[in-house]
Amino acid sequence: MYRLILVAGIFIATAVRAEVTPDLGEELTAQQISATGFTVWPDGEGLPEGSGNAATGENLYQAHCFACHGRNGENGINDRLAGGHGTIDSPKPVKTVGSYWPHATTLFDYIRSAMPYQRPGTLSDDEVYSLTAYILHLNGIVARDTEINATSLPQIQMPNRDNFVWATQQTN
Amino acid sequence: MDDEPLKPAAANGLLDRRLFLKAGLTGSATLLMARAGAAEREPWMMAPGAGMSESSAPSRFETHIRRTNIQSQPGTTGSGASRTPLQHLDGIITPSRVHFERHHAGIPDIDPSRHQLMIHGMVRRPLSFSVEALDRYPKISRIQFLECSGNSRNQIAPEPVPARCSAIHGLLSASEWGGVPLSTLLDEAGVDPRARWIVARGADAAVMARSVPLEKALDDAIVALFQNGERLMPANGYPMRLFLPGWEGNTSVKWLRSIEVADRPAMTREETSKYSDLQNDGTARLFTFEMGVKSVITSPSPGLEMGAPGIYQISGLAWSGAAAIRRVEVSADAGKSWADAALDAPVLPKCLTRFRAAWQWNGGPAVILSRATDQNGAVQPTRSSALKGRASNTTYHYNGIQAWRISEDGEVHNVYV
Repeated sequence: MYRLILVAGIFIATAVRAEVTPDLGEELTAQQISATGFTVWPDGEGLPEGSGNAATGENLYQAHCFACHGRNGENGINDRLAGGHGTIDSPKPVKTVGSYWPHATTLFDYIRSAMPYQRPGTLSDDEVYSLTAYILHLNGIVARDTEINATSLPQIQMPNRDNFVWATQQTN
Repeated sequence: MDDEPLKPAAANGLLDRRLFLKAGLTGSATLLMARAGAAEREPWMMAPGAGMSESSAPSRFETHIRRTNIQSQPGTTGSGASRTPLQHLDGIITPSRVHFERHHAGIPDIDPSRHQLMIHGMVRRPLSFSVEALDRYPKISRIQFLECSGNSRNQIAPEPVPARCSAIHGLLSASEWGGVPLSTLLDEAGVDPRARWIVARGADAAVMARSVPLEKALDDAIVALFQNGERLMPANGYPMRLFLPGWEGNTSVKWLRSIEVADRPAMTREETSKYSDLQNDGTARLFTFEMGVKSVITSPSPGLEMGAPGIYQISGLAWSGAAAIRRVEVSADAGKSWADAALDAPVLPKCLTRFRAAWQWNGGPAVILSRATDQNGAVQPTRSSALKGRASNTTYHYNGIQAWRISEDGEVHNVYV
């Protein structure tokens, strides 16, 4: 009996809570969601069809990335993309995709979302795969002709992957 | 009153914090009367002034109070930061026009009638909300600070940089934020019991993306629509932003476009390669969200030179991402002795708190410091303990004690003690 009352109480509480909010959201269809292109996860979920390799990526890099990131991903005016391997625990760490980033999938997610800086959202999925492949190649992580796609990208083991720890809440 | 000796509270001239309450008004009232008696009728008293207008701007004598140290990545105009001129402000609210900025690809010019917030992922019903729809939801408002996780980053330099308070600590502001609790919207969408995270994304050209624990999203997160009583400034996320009280600024994703509910973090570029804290042993800490307890004296500070020796008010800001401020101490002898500062009401959780202390500057050299303690008992660390263990180029979450040196000629400089 007591249990029955408790269950009824929870039901009423839930019903009341739902009633007092306006519920003005419009339901999204699966198509509307997938059309937006959201997260690419470290396990590869969210990666689209298509593929590319570093050989193709090199030409795209010269056209879209070279001006800011420099030849071979080094000595550009903006973020360094390659090199710095083995410096992360040194007195002068050099953070690059190859020396620091824990997941290769992040590269696809970020290029697709935010690059090239002046014209984001203009690259095709094949082009993003190719640029991802080229930047990994510059870091010696994949060969020039390795096909990067939804299957191969999440399998890539980034060199610095095991050096990340999830912090507990900082309390000082 | 003038004949009574001023009661010292700590060495090198720090006085009892109640001094201004008792004696402060007497002195200034006398001064004001003397000026009024001597003044002739000024031109602005000789004819009626300007009429009403639809919007105010600061006095033409104050237009130089602006954001400072505007810096962007090479070849860009919108990938960088601008800073709040803390040393020219008083109280705790940052005027919206000088709220600090940190953008990753500029400020989008969003048409609110076309903007939607999508909630999807591990939910029973994926939903899309227009600004108009959110306007009909029950709202809350709270006064809270926002601090960039890279604030005060130049204090990690081996030698103190010659810089003003805004240049060092100006990635810090406080506003009254108004909006809809995120928990309301998540409840309507129906969160899967296995979910643990949300991934928030912005409608800027960088599609700024951060993963946030669901626990925070259901606790005190809001979808903010208002800032200091008016719609958000474009630079602060118009028409809507995520606001996560007490957490590093970039997690309060501006121009909020989507929230994906998930059972794991997305490991985005921002949370792995950028806002992670590399340690000197080569490990890097991810998801260090909360901003530590911290304070800074805004006056005196570099650029605000001292006048003649005499009574001064030391004034500054204290805050903690975990709780309200319990106590602020100040020192005028480089930390050898400390006196309690007075805290202006209201003292709010996860908000800036204005502190004030009375100081009799004798015209000699002095090093002034402030040290904050929050309601959890966390004490602001010294610079050396704040830097302990971190890699040489880790610039995030620095909350060490700030020292200003006052020289005999009244100039104020950034120093390390």
